[in-house]
Amino acid sequence: MSGHSYQGKKNIPKITSDRLLVKGGRIVNDDQSFYADIYMEDGVIKQIGDNLIVPGGIKTVEANGKMVIPGGIDIHTHFQMPYRGTTTVDDFSQGSKAALAGGTTMIVDHVIPEPGNSLIEAFEQWRSWADEKTCCDYSLHVDITHWNDSVKQEVDTLLKEKGVNSFQVYMAYKDFYQMSNSELYEIFTFLGEMGGIVQVHAENGEIIAEEQARMLEMGITGPEGHVLSRPEELEAEAVFRAITIASQTNCPLYVTRVMSKSAADIISQARKKGNVVFGEPITASLGTDGTHYWSKNWAKAASFVTSPPLSPDPTTPDYLNTLLASGDLNVTGSAHCTFSVAQKAIGKDDFTQIPEGVNGVEERMSLIWDKAVTTGKMDENMFVAVTSTNAAKILNLYPRKGRVSVGSDADLVIWDSDAVRTITAKTHNSAAEFNVFEGMELRGAPSVVICQGKLVLEDGNLHAIPGVGRFIPCTPFPDFAYKRIKARKQLAVLRAVPRGMYDGPVSDFSPMSRGGTPSASARTSPTKQPVRNLHHSAFSLAGNPAQRGPPTTEDLPIRPAGRRIVVPPGGRSNITSLS
Amino acid sequence: FAIRKQLPAFFKNMGSGSPMPRQKFCGMFCPVEGSGDSKTLDFQSLPGGSRRSDGQVIDRQTDISQPRVEIRESRGKAALQNLDDRSDRLLIKGAKIVNDDQSFCADIYMEDGQIKQIGENLIVPGGVKIIDAHGRMVMPGGIDVHTRFQMPDRGMTSVDDFYQGTRAALAGGTTMIIDHVVPEPGASLLSAFEQWREWADSKSCCDYSLHVDITEWHKGVQEEMEALVKDHGVNSFLVYLAYKDVFQLTDSQVYEVFSVIRDLGAIAQVHAENGDIVAEEQRRILEQGITGPEGHVLSRPEEVEAEAVNRSVTVANQTNCPLYITKVMSKSAADVIAQARKKGTVVYGEPITASLGTDGSHYWSKNWAKAAAFITSPPLSPDPTTPDYLSSLLSCGDLQVTGSAHCTFSTAQRAVGKDDFTLIPEGTNGTEERMSLIWDKCVVTGKMDENQFVAVTSTNAAKIFNLYPRKGRIAVGSDADLVLWDPDVIKIISAKSHNSNVEYNIFEGVEVRGAPLVVISQGKMVLEEGNLHTTEGCGRFVGRKPFSDYVYKRIRARSRLAELRGVPRGLYDGPVCEVSLTPKTMTPASSAKTSPAKQAAAGAQPVRNLHQSGFSLSGAQVDDNLPRRNTQRIVAPPGGRANITNLG
Repeated sequence: MSGHSYQGKKNIPKITSDRLLVKGGRIVNDDQSFYADIYMEDGVIKQIGDNLIVPGGIKTVEANGKMVIPGGIDIHTHFQMPYRGTTTVDDFSQGSKAALAGGTTMIVDHVIPEPGNSLIEAFEQWRSWADEKTCCDYSLHVDITHWNDSVKQEVDTLLKEKGVNSFQVYMAYKDFYQMSNSELYEIFTFLGEMGGIVQVHAENGEIIAEEQARMLEMGITGPEGHVLSRPEELEAEAVFRAITIASQTNCPLYVTRVMSKSAADIISQARKKGNVVFGEPITASLGTDGTHYWSKNWAKAASFVTSPPLSPDPTTPDYLNTLLASGDLNVTGSAHCTFSVAQKAIGKDDFTQIPEGVNGVEERMSLIWDKAVTTGKMDENMFVAVTSTNAAKILNLYPRKGRVSVGSDADLVIWDSDAVRTITAKTHNSAAEFNVFEGMELRGAPSVVICQGKLVLEDGNLHAIPGVGRFIPCTPFPDFAYKRIKARKQLAVLRAVPRGMYDGPVSDFSPMSRGGTPSASARTSPTKQPVRNLHHSAFSLAGNPAQRGPPTTEDLPIRPAGRRIVVPPGGRSNITSLS
Repeated sequence: FAIRKQLPAFFKNMGSGSPMPRQKFCGMFCPVEGSGDSKTLDFQSLPGGSRRSDGQVIDRQTDISQPRVEIRESRGKAALQNLDDRSDRLLIKGAKIVNDDQSFCADIYMEDGQIKQIGENLIVPGGVKIIDAHGRMVMPGGIDVHTRFQMPDRGMTSVDDFYQGTRAALAGGTTMIIDHVVPEPGASLLSAFEQWREWADSKSCCDYSLHVDITEWHKGVQEEMEALVKDHGVNSFLVYLAYKDVFQLTDSQVYEVFSVIRDLGAIAQVHAENGDIVAEEQRRILEQGITGPEGHVLSRPEEVEAEAVNRSVTVANQTNCPLYITKVMSKSAADVIAQARKKGTVVYGEPITASLGTDGSHYWSKNWAKAAAFITSPPLSPDPTTPDYLSSLLSCGDLQVTGSAHCTFSTAQRAVGKDDFTLIPEGTNGTEERMSLIWDKCVVTGKMDENQFVAVTSTNAAKIFNLYPRKGRIAVGSDADLVLWDPDVIKIISAKSHNSNVEYNIFEGVEVRGAPLVVISQGKMVLEEGNLHTTEGCGRFVGRKPFSDYVYKRIRARSRLAELRGVPRGLYDGPVCEVSLTPKTMTPASSAKTSPAKQAAAGAQPVRNLHQSGFSLSGAQVDDNLPRRNTQRIVAPPGGRANITNLG
């Protein structure tokens, strides 16, 4: 436990809260760990080192050799998310409190505009909700739920003026949010040019719709139908497709909610092939599995409903933790989106109607520590990388966030690697009745949380103040993703082969697109041929090079020596009559 | 007959002819060791020479200097009474019979287009034609599972019709082809099928069968598919994931087609390319001013092929439908298939002659007509290691069958797309070269043995499409479609000498070792001494029955296992949140489509619970009249808080 005391004069109470000294901590960044004191003022780290010269009267936190890590960044939350007239039970205040309690000092929420509505309006709406209530810094992703030119304009504005650099598209939710492959291609191309990050919700919505109909026909209406209709192959398929399109359009890709082994495998394979792709496992997929969908307790089973679903394969969490430790998966979010049992019960007779989402913002840091660090899969530096640094880099907020260094924001966590607590809905800070990690004993917890240079968690007491959270704008072209993309862009210029004009015979054909009904009149292309041949009027088609006169060579600057079109190897120039 | 132009081997080798680098492989698959000892001098110690003259077949056999194959009439007393129909009776003596499982020496006697006897010292009627194989390999005739002869495309027709095409096939040792019926979207499957039947019946020189392509999807198509399977001997249907707005089907449609195909016991074939991305890329590349054939391959990168293969594997798994990928053209697509097979998916991959024999570097040829001749979809991969890689996978069994996708257009026809690569008609030649090329790439190099060669060129195809053992095997009762194979003949492929009508041969100048010496189709010799004796229109349509064992044994077992069951739970009777009317994931239009099912399901629930109405409840509550189960603990969640929506 950390002690704290006031040093020197105690006469300037107003300033003390803005000035803070953390003494005797072991600073853990993603690259190294070292012992030093940290002095913060006005929410920014001002000095790091031993024997710092600091003003008197400041509050001091004794870290006693414990680790001081950058505050966690939860890159995926859905606080206060509207859903068919209701709202998730954790609003920005409740949600960010839970985040702080778990050692997360910044959240990135998703703006979900209704299809057809303005992206910017939705963004402003979310801003106003969050500004009013959030207890920690936040940033926003915007989800693209439909696609047309005006949306494109809005995306442009959001990127350039509003501080949003990441946009999510959906490959699931057929007839609602789902984008076609062509739309994905366009969005990816556009964002690749503008320096945005494409996030995908990767599931094949078309097949899901078919499977859902099949399940319901079979009379399966409970939450198990959710996972049965969304097998992990469909997730992997969509990830594969998204990667193909991203690689085609040379756009960095971010796969939200990696829930299954096969999806994670696709990502790690793609990374080995050189694709710029980031995978985000969430607290739930790292900590629990999908066997609970078969729980006899409907409410419990329903509380696990999220998309893509938790995999029923119980080895999944371990596998994902391993990939996270090896760097194949890069960032972690919580996808915290909590509904009460009454809200989940909207789908009591039809699993497709159950609102989707699980908790996890509070448990994220502890869970990863327990699953990955105490088991020896990753070290504390990697822990910092996957819980905050990588996220900061992708959002282009590094080193302001995600690092303990001079000039960085004073968002710190003193981590107690030995604390053990049991997760339960009784004590958690979320408003949800169920916790998907119920009963799990986790080692490692924050003992002190400093957010914006203020102590928000100490001695187990949370002092979060709604409304202090600032919107942190993200800028486009994050180096972490775009350095490689830019280099590839320079290489990817395509060039045509310089050839002479083909001037041999051309078959008649009906000028439909391929496979069009030939019943349409067999119009030839009368326009092209004569016009073309005017230029070559002095030219003999007989294939005798000797007849080639000087005027022709002037007319045709490019005529490769290899042109032997009119004398094909078979010696037969036109044998359509045989067919 | 091989005496023609032949010198004794030792004379040939006296000259300066330098040994070919592949010389070391010579003899590996020569006739069984010692089979010629008693008849001939042993010249094995002499290095074989290589000498060619005007592309003719030259004997390079070193261990047998006798005439290699003799064809003669039996001189028995019965000879006279069989003069009229002697061609229907044929005896192959001293052959090494090669099936996909074993090779053995025996004589083969066939009559009326069927193999009647196999064994030694057969008792056969007099007057039969006798082919003395002298220990050479006799294998089942090749089956080319993918041809597109006489294919209409925008008012044009591919230059090889069923006559010319099957002639080329026979010349290469292929005695059966399976062609694709491509109905125009909007046209009837059945009438297109009849049209193809008519074309093929009048012209085909060898047995044939037909795949039918599904180019659109609605209820009527489903009925026609049923009719085709039940009454017309079709058990394979091709769907397109490419050709946006023309043939392409959506994922949902593919799911439905696959479900129908599985119920019918047919095989789902897929042309695997992501048509949406291809369309976008085509537009982009045309915008950049790239209009030549190189644009074709640039707009269809192999990733797009692999993606579509992956997607169709996913859908096939989901629907428990056997899948067959036509035209595997790239390493990554082949890898996806290999991986899927390792995971247990019932999927077959078909590399084609072109992808096994050449690569896509020719799209950058300065000669437009040459570059255009290579246009096919998916395109040949520009990666020059592709053919080698695919032939390795073919050898190890990750890919199973080979086709040619023979679909040839003349240069004038290709020139339709001279200013826009997207208009170039697609297809390459390969039906004639297929067997020789695979022998050369796989057997000569030691990747596969002769049995595996038979498997990939005919047996597997016969098994998948339910023609086995009538086709694809040398056994009593099988069709007399045989090839006497010469593993040592060296041929240079050229458009000058090939049997196709097309001016370009994409394998131009490729030297291949291994060729058919004699081809027997329907019990008749159609190729001997380099001469083709084909009869237009003698090819029969071979109907194929559904539920091929090779494919459906596993599918059946899985469908028995795959039954899903719901969890029996009591009804949830806690508070339910009010919701606005718009459903979460569906527009009203589509929810209308699925709602009957939902209502049926919702209706099923109370019915189920009525059976348990006598059950005692955990506690007396106001809603006691509702049936519940003792496991139900919904109203007391662990958090102890029943309903806190007001916090939201």
